[in-house]
Amino acid sequence: MPEFREVSCRVNGENRSFVVDPMMPLLHVLRETLGLMATRFGCGEGTCGSCTVMVDGQAVMSCDLPAGEVAGKRVETAEGLDGDPPHPLVAAFLDHQAGQCGYCLPGILMAARALLEGESTPPSRARIAEALDGNLCRCGVHARILDAVEDAARHMIRR
Amino acid sequence: MTVDAPPPPLTDAPLMRDWIDISPAGGVTFLSGRVELGQGNSTALLMMVADELGVSSDAVTLETARTDRTPNEGFTAGSMSISFGGQALRCAASALLVQMLDAAGERLGCPPQELRVEDGEILRHGVSTGLELLDFVAAADLSCRVADLARPKAGGERWKTFRDMPRIDLKERLVGAPFVHDMAAPDMLHGAPVHPPSLHSALVSLDLDALMARPGVVEVVRDGSFVGVVADSPLASARAAEWAAKNGTWEATRIEAIDPVEVIAGSTADAETVVETGDVNRNIGRWYETTVTRPYIFHGSIGPAAAVAVWEGDEATVWTHSQGVFQLRKAMAMALRTAEEKLRVIHSPGAGCYGHNGADDVAFDALLMARAVPGRQVKVVWSRHDEFRAAPMGAAMATRVRALLGPDNVLTAVDVMVNSAPHTSRPGAGGTPNLRAAAYLENPIRPARSPDVPAARGGGADRNAAPTYKVDAVRVQRRLVHDLPYRSSALRSLGAHNNVIAIESLMDDIANDIGLPPLDFRLQHMTDQRSRDVLERIAVETREAREVSLPEGAGWGLGFARYKGTGGYCAVMVRIEVDGDVRVTDAFAVADVGEAVSPDGVKNQVEGGMLQSISWTLKEAVQVDGSSTTSKSWADYPILKFSEVPRVSVELVERPGAFPLGAGEISQGPTGAAVCNAVRAALGIRVRNLPITRGAIIAAANA
Repeated sequence: MPEFREVSCRVNGENRSFVVDPMMPLLHVLRETLGLMATRFGCGEGTCGSCTVMVDGQAVMSCDLPAGEVAGKRVETAEGLDGDPPHPLVAAFLDHQAGQCGYCLPGILMAARALLEGESTPPSRARIAEALDGNLCRCGVHARILDAVEDAARHMIRR
Repeated sequence: MTVDAPPPPLTDAPLMRDWIDISPAGGVTFLSGRVELGQGNSTALLMMVADELGVSSDAVTLETARTDRTPNEGFTAGSMSISFGGQALRCAASALLVQMLDAAGERLGCPPQELRVEDGEILRHGVSTGLELLDFVAAADLSCRVADLARPKAGGERWKTFRDMPRIDLKERLVGAPFVHDMAAPDMLHGAPVHPPSLHSALVSLDLDALMARPGVVEVVRDGSFVGVVADSPLASARAAEWAAKNGTWEATRIEAIDPVEVIAGSTADAETVVETGDVNRNIGRWYETTVTRPYIFHGSIGPAAAVAVWEGDEATVWTHSQGVFQLRKAMAMALRTAEEKLRVIHSPGAGCYGHNGADDVAFDALLMARAVPGRQVKVVWSRHDEFRAAPMGAAMATRVRALLGPDNVLTAVDVMVNSAPHTSRPGAGGTPNLRAAAYLENPIRPARSPDVPAARGGGADRNAAPTYKVDAVRVQRRLVHDLPYRSSALRSLGAHNNVIAIESLMDDIANDIGLPPLDFRLQHMTDQRSRDVLERIAVETREAREVSLPEGAGWGLGFARYKGTGGYCAVMVRIEVDGDVRVTDAFAVADVGEAVSPDGVKNQVEGGMLQSISWTLKEAVQVDGSSTTSKSWADYPILKFSEVPRVSVELVERPGAFPLGAGEISQGPTGAAVCNAVRAALGIRVRNLPITRGAIIAAANA
């Protein structure tokens, strides 16, 4: 039987502690233990990006990241973008109506946020596309998503 | 009623109460049998009723697709939500408006003809009366027939106060948890199926006691060759199911490795003539011919199929992202040999399905597993591997087109033969449940031979096999190939993707051969003004981009079709560059879908169809071995990535007041065709076997 352990980290700015099998993928802790369902299960093997979250500012796929590895770290999920006013990325996605089914979108938001927060000047469209290559979209909303991220970049990066 | 013919959904659901519910507090809910699949139709339907009533869209609510409440509108498929479902709802809203304005007229002592509604307020001769329309809901008599009262606004009267509206559900999809996958309940359990590796294998042995002892397992269900594991967490059920798959043994009917496309293309099964106008057996002129094939294609939802089920006594409730809740209920009842009334099926959003994927199968899996733990909700989310091996696929096809070019470079005959696996095995098609697990229960019901989709509903294999051009003699035959060991069903646009590619490839080949610009050659065979309009407009939209000189290995291609011959018109031009792989750099479309309820929503659908079609056409092929698919993960089945996406531009030919024609499936055929024709233009090589990978180009060059 796995050995359970207490893991403490910051999730969307709040201190959270949970007792889990530290080898359990972070995705399941977020969804089942913490009830943060915006991070989605898509493949469970790190090939689609639906479960992308940020850990200490980096975009990572939470479906194959052991929960024990986020101890003491900052975890950000799409729920954290739902403010009033909403985060510039959410506002831009709404402006551009950059979505159809939306299953992939929270993961894409987090991959985009990690990119934009790490840049000092708005990245090129090609660079944004490259940063999103690990995130699959099947509805074919890619072009709108790139438009939205470019737009958000202009709001988030003003130097 | 002032509309000539009531929309078809009103035949089976004629009463106002079929479409409208009024709460004791006076809240108005419109009821639609259409499901939101991510295409934005619930927003468009809400806009249509709000526009008809003259109220804001948040003044009323919309409830969709549940067997205990909404009308049965069949499957939400074939781009008919707005054309039929929306028109029916608009009529229902109109009937309600008539009753409310009658009551308002009585109160004001004036004939209702003097009244109209703007932003929820009743105006008399255009002047405020101080009365709100929705204060008159008590006057509604929902036992009336919609068609007796409805006088829906004519084209010019619509959309006076608002035009287009953002999706009502997008925010929640961005940062919330709207999916059936996200349902939660305090004592919810989690199920995972252990499907046999193929439709042709049976479970021989599996140590159920050992499975029961795996971590977190609460119950194990075995019925024939179906095994389900119910556990206390999704991860525990998934891991136990993986253990079972490794430790069980299944016996498969041995099926030799085959190339499905070869089998389909070479089939000599009986052919059925579905279109015959004039006699194609003529000889004056020159015959041209091409055959285009495509492999099986995955629907490829990003979220695997999911459902939640709970049994209370001998009755059950299922939450599902199926395209047809009533049809699923009937199929599940048939498979369980129980009465339909015992089952309640409620739509809940899933990831985009793009047709008939595993949504219905997983709902039945959940129902089977939940039966073992009465009173507790069981959520089942398929694994990625389940999604790729157990769900129906888009059919492999081979379309042969022959065309006779007569005197004056006029096409006088087109003869099309479509060989294809069937394009529908939806629940109930052919009179069997067509739910995967039903095929291997102790008392199995194997799927019947698919009848494919009848021509009256746009055809399946033969969809868009008749060209959208004026030609004297046209014959279309379809040859359904049933003897492949795979399951295929509706994938967006059905046969239209491959058929339009085949026809448009040949149109280009002929134009090139006689030295005419492809666009001109098409226009010469068009008498229909709306077709001409989209083609002429695409030339204008792309003119500037086409004036830029092309580097070596680059080219432009054109594709056009009117979907199903009766739906939306779409012309597409793409620019590609080939450097080993084909890359689409620019994609333009012009579409005419009649009245666009939400122009931006239409553009989004057309765009999505284009990008999905580029992915199918350039990249996608399901790998098979014997009776199983061997593509197990996204790593084995690459689809279009962000860095491979072109610049996209979609323009609409606006037709206010024209019958809405649907948008979700109009661009796949034309886009695939445009890509193929661009490859021909760039390289001088006609690639006839999809997908157009590096290897396919080399093979075509050496052929």
